[in-house]
Amino acid sequence: MIDDKFDYLLRLGDNALVLSQRLTEWVGKGPALEEDMALANTALDLIGQARLWLGYAGEVEGLGRTENQLAFLRDAHDFRNLLLVEQPNGGYADTLVRQYFFDSWHHLLLDELTRSADPRIAGIAEKAIKEVTYHLRRSADLVVRLGDGTDESHRRMQAAVDDLWIYTGEMFQPDAVDEVLEAQGVATDVAALREPWLAQVRHTLAEATLTMPSPEAWMQKGGKQGRHGEHLGFLLAEMQFLQRAYPGAQW
Amino acid sequence: MSKEWPLWEVFIRSQHGLAHKHVGSLHAPDAEMAINNARDVYTRRNEGVGIWVVLASEIVSSSPGDKAALFDPSNTKVYRHPTFFPMPEEVKNL
Repeated sequence: MIDDKFDYLLRLGDNALVLSQRLTEWVGKGPALEEDMALANTALDLIGQARLWLGYAGEVEGLGRTENQLAFLRDAHDFRNLLLVEQPNGGYADTLVRQYFFDSWHHLLLDELTRSADPRIAGIAEKAIKEVTYHLRRSADLVVRLGDGTDESHRRMQAAVDDLWIYTGEMFQPDAVDEVLEAQGVATDVAALREPWLAQVRHTLAEATLTMPSPEAWMQKGGKQGRHGEHLGFLLAEMQFLQRAYPGAQW
Repeated sequence: MSKEWPLWEVFIRSQHGLAHKHVGSLHAPDAEMAINNARDVYTRRNEGVGIWVVLASEIVSSSPGDKAALFDPSNTKVYRHPTFFPMPEEVKNL
């Protein structure tokens, strides 16, 4: 039981942590100063959320591991993030579509979690959803503008939608951990988020003049259970370098 | 949409009751994104409760060449300053 809740909190924390690390890779390289700062702000929001989720995960585990130890001293197979968030930044279109797919799901999920039977989870969700409401507004606005922009931006956005689509199915596939926590009223039924998510994405992509791939397409899965693609290891190698090379280093 | 994003001037109201104050400028493709960008660039440290953005090209300004005609005449009109009235000691903050 404790293990299930620990695992569930790692999923929430690792999604935020890994996506934050990806967005941080853009800092100083954004296509415009305004975009650079916006991505950095989003990354900072997400790292704040990761700290809250992982801090609570460490308490639930009860072995004295802190948020920092969980973030910097676990290997790839111990990470529980969705495959979507570990995908490389690619071009700006890829980053934005990844962000939009995640934000639209994240917002639905957090909204449900504000009613969690666990008051700590409800409290963190309450705080995070304000930030995520803005993330979603921004990423949806940009998807519409670049999808319905120039021929070149449209082409890039459509390619990003097509490439990333296979990583969206995992967001709605419950496993044993989800089911145990849902039965306790702590977590929510992720499968129930699928229809509202599809409706929202269909609407945004239509406004962006982009074609939505089939919801019945074959989907990748495994991130939530610790089976990751090749990219996560490289991301962690960079993120964890300091703590691995100089254990316990502080500033 | 043209290739270059237009320039927008940003005004932030720091708290209710105060006037919006010019804080700087930014580039954005349209008004909605200009508000988003202003939020991201100029309100990161809790600076405001309201944002105005206006296309820089829509702002009409006085010409620096007109400075003498516009502003110098008021230099000699000291009587326009309310400094000639004796104030009671008790009124400190007027």
